[in-house]
Amino acid sequence: MFDDFFIRALVAGIGIAFVAGPLGCFVVWRRLSYFGDTLAHSALLGVTIAYSLEFNIAVSIFLISSAIALILIQLQKKTNLPSDALLGLLAHSSLAVGLVVIGFLTFIRFDIMGLLFGDILAVNKKDLLTIWVGGALILLVLRLIWKPLFASTVNYELAQAEGLNPDRAKAVFTVLLAAIIAISIKLVGVLLITGMLIIPTAMARNLSDNPQKMVIFAIIGGLLSVFIGLFSSLEFNTPSGPSIIAAALVLFIFSLLKVKQTIKLKN
Amino acid sequence: MENNILVKLNNVGFQQNQKWLVQGVSLQVEKGKIVTLIGPNGSGKSTTAKIALGLFKNIEGQVEKFTNNIGYVPQKISIDWTLPLRVRDFMLLTDNLTEDVIDEALSLTGVIDLKDKSLGNLSGGEFQRVLLARAISKKPELLVLDEPVQGVDFTGEIALYELIKEISEKLNCGILLISHDLHTVMSATDHVVCLNGHVCCSGSPKEVAKNSEYKALFGEQAAQTLSIYEHKHDHVHTNDGDIKKN
Repeated sequence: MFDDFFIRALVAGIGIAFVAGPLGCFVVWRRLSYFGDTLAHSALLGVTIAYSLEFNIAVSIFLISSAIALILIQLQKKTNLPSDALLGLLAHSSLAVGLVVIGFLTFIRFDIMGLLFGDILAVNKKDLLTIWVGGALILLVLRLIWKPLFASTVNYELAQAEGLNPDRAKAVFTVLLAAIIAISIKLVGVLLITGMLIIPTAMARNLSDNPQKMVIFAIIGGLLSVFIGLFSSLEFNTPSGPSIIAAALVLFIFSLLKVKQTIKLKN
Repeated sequence: MENNILVKLNNVGFQQNQKWLVQGVSLQVEKGKIVTLIGPNGSGKSTTAKIALGLFKNIEGQVEKFTNNIGYVPQKISIDWTLPLRVRDFMLLTDNLTEDVIDEALSLTGVIDLKDKSLGNLSGGEFQRVLLARAISKKPELLVLDEPVQGVDFTGEIALYELIKEISEKLNCGILLISHDLHTVMSATDHVVCLNGHVCCSGSPKEVAKNSEYKALFGEQAAQTLSIYEHKHDHVHTNDGDIKKN
């Protein structure tokens, strides 16, 4: 049944939506949207390294993104620049270096559009395995660090005072972010992965009054975006990433209606 | 008596950006005892509490902790609106509690009706009660309360102090309490430490229930709950930060 490219893309998208929902909630709660973006930009460098060394793409992206996260933490400690400047520095320089390296690799044919915006034709059976096994692992680890991560998101000192380990949870979470970027690049593309993390989550925020609900709505929003996005990608021959993100945007706009109603009720 | 000690600070200090926030503080909190920290703004009360909780890494001196079951009410806590959080979710923040335990704690602080309310919609006083309920819900051995009555009106303050006393008796836990008031502390306090960058003086609060002027001013109930602390300083702090011996 996985012989059809569209089914493969759909199964991949479903897997990614399940992981992106909960991780996206933390990205929004912890205000890490731009950080996610930086990791995603560096993924392109990961792809080129994988091609030139004939290495597994997902593993390569994962390693490069994690390295960029570590470099960021070091830069934050050792320079006087604000975090957003450092993030911009890393995001654009790693994207630029990645594109320059692609320019040198003339012996390999690259589909740059596919790397940047996703390509449903490119998802193969091995990718499905990576997405579902990797995704299950990400969710399992997230479940394990949920308590300290969530508590320190609400209040760092309170979590630490009452014996949880927020620093470790934060470090593990960064690795999980690098991991979801690694597994979802083929479907969504480098430039739009963060959108997959935060737009369904933003929609979910408008519809929920508690964290569990928000996670569930974020997953549902992600699933709907994948379905609508992929079908329209097939129908209109558009790249898969932008189609999924555009679908998520439409859902977000609908969710605003609900917010308006709640605000009216309050007044 | 040694095994009754929950946390012991031995000549601790903490500096940030080459400035000492607090220095040379020694105190200990024992089981069933209440220690109150008082002092002007910026005198290092919260810093001292955070040192006791182990929140700072590079401190001077030693902290010995004999319990890991700690409840903490921080001085400031702002809940970001991006995070939808009801009171019941907040209660489960650091521990997995049963519904019964949550209800018991919320009833004790008188905010059981707010269980399904969003944390962002609470008033200052309600929020303090929820913070307190959360801290006591897991029946801690050590409670650290950083200005737990801030934003609460005077009658509410008296009620909360009585509640804290009740909790201390019921749970037989040690309490490190930070008071926002320089002169009045709750009567149940066993030991008062006055801070201003260092320990200025310490002692036990004075009985005021018999003082008729005080009773007339604040009422019978208040007079029984609050006590006056008389400072005995042998030095003064000048405005430029110097310390002069009297």
